[in-house]
Amino acid sequence: MWSTLLHSNTMWVLLSTAILGIAAGVIGCLAYWKKQNLMSDALSHAALPGVVIAFLIIGEKNLLLLVLGAATSALLGAFLVQWITGSSRITEDTAMGMVLSVFYGVGVMLLSIANRSAGGNQSGLDSFIYGQAAAMVRSDVVTMIVLAGIVIFIVFIGFKEWKLYLFDASFAKGIGMSIRGMNALYTLVLVTTIVIGIQAVGVILMAAMLIIPAVSARYWTHSFRYMILLSATFGGISGAVGSWISSTGSGLPTGPFIVVASAIFFIGSLLFGKEKGIIIRYIQFKIQQRNSNSILAIKDGDAS
Amino acid sequence: MTYTAWIILTAALVGLSCGLIGVFLILRKQAMMADAISHTVLLGIVLAYMVTQQLSGTAMLVGGILAGILTAFLVQMLNSLKVQHDASLGIVFTTLFAIGVILISTSVGNVHLDVKHALMGEITFIPFTTVSLPIIGDIPRATALLAIVLLIVIFFIVAFYKEWKITSFDPALAASIGIPVLLLHYVFMTLVSVTTVASFDAVGAILVVAMLITPAAAAYLWTDKLIVMLLLSGSFGVLAAIVGYWIATWLDTSISGSMAFATGLIFLISFLLSPKHGLVSRWMKPSEIVEHSS
Repeated sequence: MWSTLLHSNTMWVLLSTAILGIAAGVIGCLAYWKKQNLMSDALSHAALPGVVIAFLIIGEKNLLLLVLGAATSALLGAFLVQWITGSSRITEDTAMGMVLSVFYGVGVMLLSIANRSAGGNQSGLDSFIYGQAAAMVRSDVVTMIVLAGIVIFIVFIGFKEWKLYLFDASFAKGIGMSIRGMNALYTLVLVTTIVIGIQAVGVILMAAMLIIPAVSARYWTHSFRYMILLSATFGGISGAVGSWISSTGSGLPTGPFIVVASAIFFIGSLLFGKEKGIIIRYIQFKIQQRNSNSILAIKDGDAS
Repeated sequence: MTYTAWIILTAALVGLSCGLIGVFLILRKQAMMADAISHTVLLGIVLAYMVTQQLSGTAMLVGGILAGILTAFLVQMLNSLKVQHDASLGIVFTTLFAIGVILISTSVGNVHLDVKHALMGEITFIPFTTVSLPIIGDIPRATALLAIVLLIVIFFIVAFYKEWKITSFDPALAASIGIPVLLLHYVFMTLVSVTTVASFDAVGAILVVAMLITPAAAAYLWTDKLIVMLLLSGSFGVLAAIVGYWIATWLDTSISGSMAFATGLIFLISFLLSPKHGLVSRWMKPSEIVEHSS
């Protein structure tokens, strides 16, 4: 067990999925309060055609350029969702579903063209879609860590501004903050997190890394600051545990194990969470019931 | 019939059933539920395979349907525990999908079932597996299955037309006049699962979402009448299937991908040109918009 862990590439992969988990946990909290949980799902699918087009143009797998392609097409998807929702009677979830599936369809079309023309050298692309952290090389890992670090840094440096933007936009506007600018920055960090995560966990499961830790953290605290810290912790641990499990055997997919690890955190939080957990609520309910019973009993005693 | 004819017929059946079901998905604001169910159906199919050890159509269908209902149930449950609706959807489907992928890669191994196939579908292979039916003769299994599913979908829409209409447009009114809204919700989710599982072989998990949502959204821009919307959406589905096949042969690329692309084209045209809600008509007659929105 320790031998696989100490194997240098595994260490690097573990580090990168942990940092990815932290970044996704942090950004997930922003998405949670923007009530845009499923947007991440739509955008990660929308990234696919961009990845393949970038691959078709450069003809080789270079993570930074693929990430640029992914980001471009995900941003186009985000823009389309907003445009369709804003200028017709189509609701947001319908627009997301359409962007998600149509972009993915175009991605699949381009992918089979790429498979034909690029001499079958698309193993790297496959891992991009289904996610295989073990397939990452050192330079991929460094790219990922740097980008995730920037994302985390942007949220922490502007913590006060994010808080205002999410919870009191009109006040933020009043004191001269640019809501449009914050929107753009939010979309940018969201898209960056998604596209760097795709390589490790795949297009489909990226949404889970953003949604699950944030919702789990919500069960423990009312404070936005602690929610972000907890969510980052959950995300980071899930990332590390997931890729550690997948490194113990051959052919074990990384993404799904990360998702299952964070689902376990979620179930734990749902049950034991300090603020809204099921068990706490049940105990509070019982105490209240006993109190009201004893009040009734006292009243009865008075009456007799 | 020729190869091509079977493929087009199968694709058209997918387009028609998905188009009809999609109308209600959109009106009930549950478009993303289609995405969720299309993913979790994978888990159902894997589990059905693990239990029966064979890839029979019936077992897959039952497994897929049960997984779809389980998804709807879990989302409802988390939602009742005060998790935001879209968050509960996101948690449930990604987790179940992850379990499905883990099961495929660990225990089911190298059978015919693999993630890539499940996600992208392979309509080209449809004509290879056939069943013999009386009178008609040999027809592809998936085509027969889709024909039955289409009949089921049409039956449920026609039989409960009024109920669907009321629960979709005004669930509060429906509940107050004694229509079992929750039961209808689960019946509807079952129909979505049935359609998804049946379309799985042909177009795969994610592209079935395109067939479910996009033609209906396009139809929604053309009309305010439910019955017209159903007819339009069904026709758009069939049109997308045919145009998609044509694009795929022209570019020599994935058929299901091209079909999804074709639904996108149809929506784009509707979004720009529909006389009622299209961008161009709104630009031409801005006064009417003011009148409508006031």
